[in-house]
Amino acid sequence: MSPRFEARGLSRKFGRVQALDQADFDVEAGEVVALIGDNGAGKSTLVKALTGNLDVDAGEVRFEGEPVHFATPQDASRLGIEVVHQDLALAPHLDAAQNMFLGREVMRPGVLGHLGFMDTPQMRKRSAQAFTELGSAVRSVVTPVGSMSGGQKQTVAIARAVAWADKVLFLDEPTAALGVIQTRNVLDTIRKVRDRGISVVLISHSMPHVLEVADRIQVLRLGRRVATYRAADTSIEELVGAMTGALDPKEGAA
Amino acid sequence: MDPRVLLVIVAVFGVMSPSTFLTTGNLTNIAQNVSIWAVLAVGMTFVIITSGIDLSVGSVLVVSSVVSAKVMESMGDNGWSTALVGLGLAVVVGVFWGALNGFLVAKANVPPLIVTLGTLSVALGVAQIATGGLDIRSAPQVLQDNIGYGRLAGIPAISIIALIIVIIGGIMLHRTRFGRYTYAIGSNETSARRVGINVDRKLVQIYALSGFLAGIAGILSLAQYGTTTIAGQSLTNLNVIAAVVIGGTSIFGGQGSMFGSMVGLFIPAVLQSGFVIVGVSPYWQTVAVGSILITAVYVDQHRRAAAVRGG
Repeated sequence: MSPRFEARGLSRKFGRVQALDQADFDVEAGEVVALIGDNGAGKSTLVKALTGNLDVDAGEVRFEGEPVHFATPQDASRLGIEVVHQDLALAPHLDAAQNMFLGREVMRPGVLGHLGFMDTPQMRKRSAQAFTELGSAVRSVVTPVGSMSGGQKQTVAIARAVAWADKVLFLDEPTAALGVIQTRNVLDTIRKVRDRGISVVLISHSMPHVLEVADRIQVLRLGRRVATYRAADTSIEELVGAMTGALDPKEGAA
Repeated sequence: MDPRVLLVIVAVFGVMSPSTFLTTGNLTNIAQNVSIWAVLAVGMTFVIITSGIDLSVGSVLVVSSVVSAKVMESMGDNGWSTALVGLGLAVVVGVFWGALNGFLVAKANVPPLIVTLGTLSVALGVAQIATGGLDIRSAPQVLQDNIGYGRLAGIPAISIIALIIVIIGGIMLHRTRFGRYTYAIGSNETSARRVGINVDRKLVQIYALSGFLAGIAGILSLAQYGTTTIAGQSLTNLNVIAAVVIGGTSIFGGQGSMFGSMVGLFIPAVLQSGFVIVGVSPYWQTVAVGSILITAVYVDQHRRAAAVRGG
């Protein structure tokens, strides 16, 4: 059976810089795959290319075995693929429920809905439900997101993405700005999302977090996937070695 | 600004001069004076919440009323059909200038301050060219009688019209998806784009709404004064912006309310009327409004900083 989401031989050049050089990628259903690599290894470019934010010069993306092409992020969204960007892209003046449903508002039934009226109670209820399911620390869905802590904001962003991503969720550095307890919550959330059968792709610089939560780890270097490890069978030393090129592992070691 | 400030001001004048200030006559007078600005403030609230600004509202009001007055004059009769044509034209002219503002802001990426400063000048120039700079002193009698001076249950018709527009605007802003996107664009434009909101189209619509309302204000002004007020609108934009900002709408976008804008509109108007009645030189009103504006934004900034720290 083919992986849920995979890419073969993605290449993209910016001027004279080969940002992606025949890069491969794959993730199974209900699996957490970590994407690691040094700065400039091509992680962000790869994620952009996989989610309709960037066109590639060559290569193929397959979703559940079928070749797909995403011209816009909305194309990817339609297939249940969502990204939580590092800047989270929340509207600070809007509350959690409003952010959760931004761009996908639930409208009132009938004529009122056609006139543009929103079903606010319904959206609040469903947001509260989503946060509870993720065991989140977000207590109020009517507090402006701008006044929340970093961890709460991250949870709102993840909950929003998960609410619409039933297939693949990309998380770009979700723990970068968080304290110990908040990081713990986010890692727990990632596991819960995976346990629902969603594929999670985690981009992170933090080796301990990656080893803790990921099932497999794919290492990018110079725009190419240089190694794949099972998290259970590898170590920080090995990962760092692959990232820096000190070790020269064979592609597809796991 | 806390809406209770308005109540306090009303109470102070009410106590100082109950027999003149708190009369129906005086209060209707105040309402009548703010009616046209209220219509403009509805559009301005939307625009400022997107973190934009519309300096052109006064000029668009003028050019709308000029075009409509010219055509109505040439039609020659004073009936409702003429007035309706005039209203239609004023609205079309208003929407044209508003949509032009929106297009330049959204598609040409010129900052709103510059775009609307430019159209302020161009629209006023067009009005002056069309009239040779002389006001057209004619408006259909039905407009002047029924809307300019008309009353319904003792309330000026023009205030009732303004109130209806304010209520519709408030519902649009606070209850509909259009309003939600207005906040979203002002709060975080990138985020709005990422979730698939067509930000450019929304901005064109929002500036067009402001122009539409300036067109309506043009007809109302014609009805109220019986003349195009070519030279009389040069500070209208700033007065309306001040009202919206005093009302708590953030110039940085993302927050504000229609109710607040109305409070912000009434504070200067009540001060003006109150100063005259209690015998303070009305020139103090200008001093007071400017100070209140700065205080309102200062307090607002502090509250916001506290809210972020509190998180």
